[in-house]
Amino acid sequence: MNEQEILEKVKPVIADKLGIGEDEITMESHFINDLGADSLGLVDITMALEEEYSMEIPDEEASKLVTVGAMIEYIKNNAK
Amino acid sequence: MLKRVAITGLGLVTPLGTGRKKVIPLLLEGASGIAPITLFDASSYAVKIAGECNDFDPRDYIAPKEIPRMDRFCQMGLAASHIAYEDADFKQNAPRDEKLGVIIGTGIGGIKSFSDEIMQLHEKGPQRVSPFFITRMIGNMASAQTAIALKAKGYTSDPCSACASGTNAIGEAFKRIQMGYEDVILAGGAEASVVPIALAGFSVMRALSKRNDDPWKVSCPFDAKRDGFVIAEGAGILVLEEWERAVNRSANIYAEMVGYGASCDAFHITLPEPSADGPARCMENAIKDAGIECDEIDCINAHGTSTKANDATETLAIKKVFGEHAGNISIHSTKSMIGHLLGAAGGVEAAVLACAIQSGDIHPTINLTDPDPDCDLDYTPLKMKHRTIRYGLSNSFGFGGHNYSLIMKRVP
Repeated sequence: MNEQEILEKVKPVIADKLGIGEDEITMESHFINDLGADSLGLVDITMALEEEYSMEIPDEEASKLVTVGAMIEYIKNNAK
Repeated sequence: MLKRVAITGLGLVTPLGTGRKKVIPLLLEGASGIAPITLFDASSYAVKIAGECNDFDPRDYIAPKEIPRMDRFCQMGLAASHIAYEDADFKQNAPRDEKLGVIIGTGIGGIKSFSDEIMQLHEKGPQRVSPFFITRMIGNMASAQTAIALKAKGYTSDPCSACASGTNAIGEAFKRIQMGYEDVILAGGAEASVVPIALAGFSVMRALSKRNDDPWKVSCPFDAKRDGFVIAEGAGILVLEEWERAVNRSANIYAEMVGYGASCDAFHITLPEPSADGPARCMENAIKDAGIECDEIDCINAHGTSTKANDATETLAIKKVFGEHAGNISIHSTKSMIGHLLGAAGGVEAAVLACAIQSGDIHPTINLTDPDPDCDLDYTPLKMKHRTIRYGLSNSFGFGGHNYSLIMKRVP
């Protein structure tokens, strides 16, 4: 899967968790600064994507995944 | 010098509907909100009926993103708070953030969230518990979320005194405004325990009626057939406001809050103490607090749960306190129609009493066709009554022996 394909797949998950439109979400979006997530909301998204892609993101890695692009890069490299 | 306290807003979420304008006429008609359980499959449970708030839609009051972050009890408490705040119609006279408080009691808190996440823990492991589990579960969140929504930066708290939590909350709010700490407080209760684990728990302790066939007839306070309460959910919130402030802005004042009494049986975890000393002292304390005479009370919104023990003991307590005047009082039980909202009951019933005092319309106790010989007072059976209520009293008693009474005065 390439990054664009992953983006299209994660958009509805993020939009649902944050109560926003999918069109607001781009590779560059910062979860907290751009999309209005709070720290718990970001954990919620991370857990949903862990479930979706059957992976465990260690806490120290998760704390770095603050943009949609970083999250997608991580999924691309680690999804099973 | 104590300040006077006005009731200037009411917010209701009940099994008979949402909002005072919908609920009060139905109560006066004697409608029942009890029905077979739909929130989950209760077919294997001994108890299959409850008072569910089926017309409640959190999206009418709460932003979509916030809804999954809240347990249902919290959604209902926040919704009822919004309704009450709107009803108070502050317009240009909104209270200062620092002088606005919130006290919403709950008997249990987010028990659905608690139950769901324990299942998740066992099925999927500790890493799969929701990051919102704790904040959905904890009982203070109806108060906290309301404070966040309304920017209430004064006193906020969450009394937890079982089925008396809502009345406890309103009483504490009344005292704080009397003392001048806050100008306005939203106070009441919220509960959403029509949940498998709660139904099972109350059922095995024999607290609930198991007569599932005629749901609307089961809650029959003071009747000889009564054999347990009907579990229900909802929220009831009052806006309490410092009197001069309310008068100066020409607010609609439903009634004046004038008395609050409390006591504890200190006897048993569930059973009322048979002499009824606890609830009697509680009512006496409220009457003393109001500075009135017993025979000025014209209406009592009873705790009236439809359990054998409560209704007989409450009757005995009323007789002890009021003597011969007990027979002149119009007593009634809101629970005969909407069931027992546990920690929210006192909030809803205080709102119902405030409406009765303003209008003089006292809703009936339905299903009271075969009175228990031990319950021989005027419980306003089957049909509503109209009379001028000088003062009305509302009782709530909780597991653990917690007793609270409120007294409200008619505004001439």
